[in-house]
Amino acid sequence: MIYRILVTLISYIMLIGITVSFAAEHFVPVTSYRTGPYGISGAPAANGYVDYLKMINARDGGVGGVKLDWEECETAYKPDRFVECYERLKNKGVAGATVFQPLGTGLTYSVIDRVADDKIPLITMGYGRTDASDGSIFPWVFPLLVNYWSLSTAKIKYIGNLAGGMDKLKGLKIANVYHDSAYGKETGPVLEKQAELYGFDLKGFPVAHPGLDQKATWLNVRRYKPDYVILRGWGVMNQTALKEAARARIPAENIVGVSWSCSELDTVPAGKAAVGYTCSSMYNPGSHYKVFKDILKYVHEAGNGTGPIEEVGNQQLYKTGVLMGIMTVEAINKATEKYGNKPMSGEQVRWGIENLDLTSERLEKMGIKDFIPNVKISCADHEGGAPVKFQRWNGTSFEPASDWVTTDQNIVRPMIEASSSAYAAEKGITPRCN
Amino acid sequence: MFYREAGQFKTSYEADQSILPIFQDRIAMYIMLMFAFIVFPFIANDYWLGSILIPFLVLSLAALGLNVLTGYAGQISLGSAAFMAVGAFAAFNLHVRIPEIPFLVVFLWGGLCSAAVGMIFGLPSLRIKGFYLAVATLAAQFFIEWLFTHFDWFTNYSTSGVITAPPMHIFGFAIDNPLSKYFVVLTIVVLCAFGIRNLARSEIGRAWMAVRDMDIAAEAIGINLMKTKLLAFGVSSFLCGLAGALWAYAVLGTVEPQAFDIIRSFEILFMIIIGGLGSVSGAFLGAGFIVLLPILLNNLGSLVTGGAISTETIAHIEYMIFGAFIVFFLIVEPNGLARLWQIGKEKLRLWPFPY
Amino acid sequence: MKNILLKILQCMLKIVNQKRFILTFSVLVSVIILSLAIYLFMDYWFFLEVFIGGLLSGVMYSLVALGFVLIFKASGVFNFAQGAMVLFAALTFVRLIEMGVPMLGAATLTMLVMVILAIAIERIVLRPLVNQDLIILFMATIGLNYFIEGMAQLVWDSNVHVLDLGIDEYAAYEIGEAFVNKFDVLAALIAGGLVLLLALFFRYTVIGRALRAVADDHQAALSVGIPLRTIWIYVWSAAGLVALVAGMVWGSKLGVQFAIATVALKAIPVLIIGGFTSVPGAIIGGLIVGCGEKLAEVYLGGFVGGAIENWFPYMLAMIVLMIRPEGLFGEKIIERV
Repeated sequence: MIYRILVTLISYIMLIGITVSFAAEHFVPVTSYRTGPYGISGAPAANGYVDYLKMINARDGGVGGVKLDWEECETAYKPDRFVECYERLKNKGVAGATVFQPLGTGLTYSVIDRVADDKIPLITMGYGRTDASDGSIFPWVFPLLVNYWSLSTAKIKYIGNLAGGMDKLKGLKIANVYHDSAYGKETGPVLEKQAELYGFDLKGFPVAHPGLDQKATWLNVRRYKPDYVILRGWGVMNQTALKEAARARIPAENIVGVSWSCSELDTVPAGKAAVGYTCSSMYNPGSHYKVFKDILKYVHEAGNGTGPIEEVGNQQLYKTGVLMGIMTVEAINKATEKYGNKPMSGEQVRWGIENLDLTSERLEKMGIKDFIPNVKISCADHEGGAPVKFQRWNGTSFEPASDWVTTDQNIVRPMIEASSSAYAAEKGITPRCN
Repeated sequence: MFYREAGQFKTSYEADQSILPIFQDRIAMYIMLMFAFIVFPFIANDYWLGSILIPFLVLSLAALGLNVLTGYAGQISLGSAAFMAVGAFAAFNLHVRIPEIPFLVVFLWGGLCSAAVGMIFGLPSLRIKGFYLAVATLAAQFFIEWLFTHFDWFTNYSTSGVITAPPMHIFGFAIDNPLSKYFVVLTIVVLCAFGIRNLARSEIGRAWMAVRDMDIAAEAIGINLMKTKLLAFGVSSFLCGLAGALWAYAVLGTVEPQAFDIIRSFEILFMIIIGGLGSVSGAFLGAGFIVLLPILLNNLGSLVTGGAISTETIAHIEYMIFGAFIVFFLIVEPNGLARLWQIGKEKLRLWPFPY
Repeated sequence: MKNILLKILQCMLKIVNQKRFILTFSVLVSVIILSLAIYLFMDYWFFLEVFIGGLLSGVMYSLVALGFVLIFKASGVFNFAQGAMVLFAALTFVRLIEMGVPMLGAATLTMLVMVILAIAIERIVLRPLVNQDLIILFMATIGLNYFIEGMAQLVWDSNVHVLDLGIDEYAAYEIGEAFVNKFDVLAALIAGGLVLLLALFFRYTVIGRALRAVADDHQAALSVGIPLRTIWIYVWSAAGLVALVAGMVWGSKLGVQFAIATVALKAIPVLIIGGFTSVPGAIIGGLIVGCGEKLAEVYLGGFVGGAIENWFPYMLAMIVLMIRPEGLFGEKIIERV
């Protein structure tokens, strides 16, 4: 009997799965994770993304006069569920999905081989497959603004600044406390290269997932007596790291975190252990930008907010979500410049991202001046070489700790090209772009 | 009225020993196989094939493996995902180092490596049983996860630690679209299912069931406990390893340890609990239930309410429904969906009479 | 005079003959030798800090393990849902505090909620499964785990909540060059106090005796007139109390969030090593696991690439299982054919 019910339900769903929506809108799939081990990080990001899309619809009437349509799909940070969401949403909408933003490196990898066949671009802003920055080998993947390796060079530059100059790095001891996963180990090679270049001593300290208990790790770190500590965590590991560092008597001023260890979710639970902690960010801190005022006005005041109103402009991951929305909308906008004011397809949006040129005028017009740096993407450079900001936690909010720090592409680009050409040789891909 | 064995005489010993002795059962099986091989590929689109049917088949293979261990041999194992990981990595490593070897052999090798590892971690079963054994397998789960994250040799020194599985090709055909993957996976799973069904009613299967029911008595009548238990671990891990290799190649396209974490182990355990311990069809029914339920809820949630209920709430409700169903099944029918199906068939034999 | 000496000798021989004594004695001797070696050859203060830190964090594991022991002792069920109960108790407590209820009131209200939960579990899950295999009951608690996790996050929410118990987390006692965290010491004292209370409760009260009877044999306890269902409600409520205390301690350490439920996985090796039915065993097991884990991570981790904390306790547990399957303090498992 249950079997029969299941079968009827399944056939019902099958029928629905095949129907398509016919509204003439750009379709943006929002693959979020609001549950699971990283749900607390994923929920504000999704809120930011959707709020921005709603704001564009309300304030500008969509992009090029065509409204935006979106659908959320819960992935729980699991690759197989992400693949299911991807397959389900990729053909939705009149012209298909415009762009996917997985917000997870493992999730990115699970679809990276499909996007070329499905002709849908992937934006992996600040994460993802680093060597995809080489657009000549990976035409459909865009690690926009900054990738893991570029971020690492910026961090070393910042530490150099703290020490009084890059030459002062020689002989210093830097500890790299990282999450024991592919994400955490990713910066190993580039850090080692910089250690060679600048003459500092580097030691890695992996933290077992999920990182609830780090006492032993930080005692180890203290035994090493580092001058600076790089924190590369994700999820609950970050706050525990800050707390255990305080317990191990390592001052928070000496800890520099990556962008994914840089949100209120990490610093607030750590209490006073986080005061003085610095970390990197792809955008400027603060909530005074016009874009957040617009979101409050057009979305939340109209009663249409996705998440709690306190998050708007005040929560780092919310702002990351808004940034995701900004990139999507700018890409669609650029695509409409060439292809006209109609719902954009994935292929057209890909062209849009590849020719993205966010000048100061455009940033001013969209209300995001000073929020993000100017970005220019090209065929071979899918990253944009954007600089990075460092911010310091003062106990209640993040405040700027540095000016825009540029990344060192002289170190990063050769490594990327070496890796991507190895990949191209393995798969038999001929480089495009020239 | 329709489902009777009256009038079905067997005229040879072979016919008497067939897996499905009742004619109607055989017809049903033929129809189901025909559906799976011929009808589904035509009516199902890529999404259904690639995201629902293939994961369903691969997970039911893993559930089959765990069913051999827990359902037939009575040894609880919470480390099935770790054996899947071993299979996936072993297959990847063999293929990457010696690319000339045909894919079917690569998958077999994944299964064999997993069987070896399974037998090693099954050694404690000779001393401990029941719940304590589950803990030993948990040790396997965590250890193997750590092993694959830490030693770059397994990922062939790739820079990012997440390896893309190379595309498959079998007998010269490239297996890169969901349809061909579906056929490969379906064939393997059907063969394994029949194999296990046969194994279960052979001498080894009976030895397993004797060990499950009371191993001291089994030892007393002469069954070699060590051989039986280790064989159970070996066969179960072989199937799990095969499933893991298929999961990496046919479903995800990447080989990474995170896909085989402890949540996956519990998922497979739930499949056999809900589906029914100790039956082949139970593995399929349970896997179908667990694979389809989240998708159903997700779709229902977004369609029926138009986004009014957040995906987060739906996910929480999904957890609650999972837990509630498991408790419900254990109370109402500890032998799972398969037993319900069997009861249904028995009622069908008497139909239209009530008893 | 001779008689007294003989008596003393007899007594000592009896003690020495017990296997448990031999085990603990040999462990103690090896520990003394090891610490002498470390004192002579290594950085003593650092070792002391790691050791004591490990002991203290082990006590926190045993807090969670205690809940398991209670339920196992009384009903023979391994309650996999203990982690979810810790999460639920902690969430309820912290949300009540956020709503403005004073701490003591919040604790009492949460306790009430846990008692209601216990009654609900007994009625819906345990009663229909009275005579089933223990494996079935175990799997039912796995289902319960999922259910309670989903319910806790549905009813409250899944954000991180900071739990401030008014205790400074970073103050530390200084012993030589080693720092011992004050909060950890407090948690250890709380856990120790709870253990003492529970041990006394089991030994000296009528309900405690009834609980032990029920753990021995359900049918026999029923036939003697012990109300099984009431006993179960008591036990699950007691486990709820332990879950609340564990939730408060872990919540203020980590912030109350979903990740707390995964602490239960660390409690399993504690139980194996200490024995499933022993309350002091949970403490000793916790100490061994906490200590062993930290020492292994600091001193052995470097050789194998680090981050071995996840599986090391399980390997320890497996070794103990092979030598002494019932754990250090557990009751011997007798199988009847």
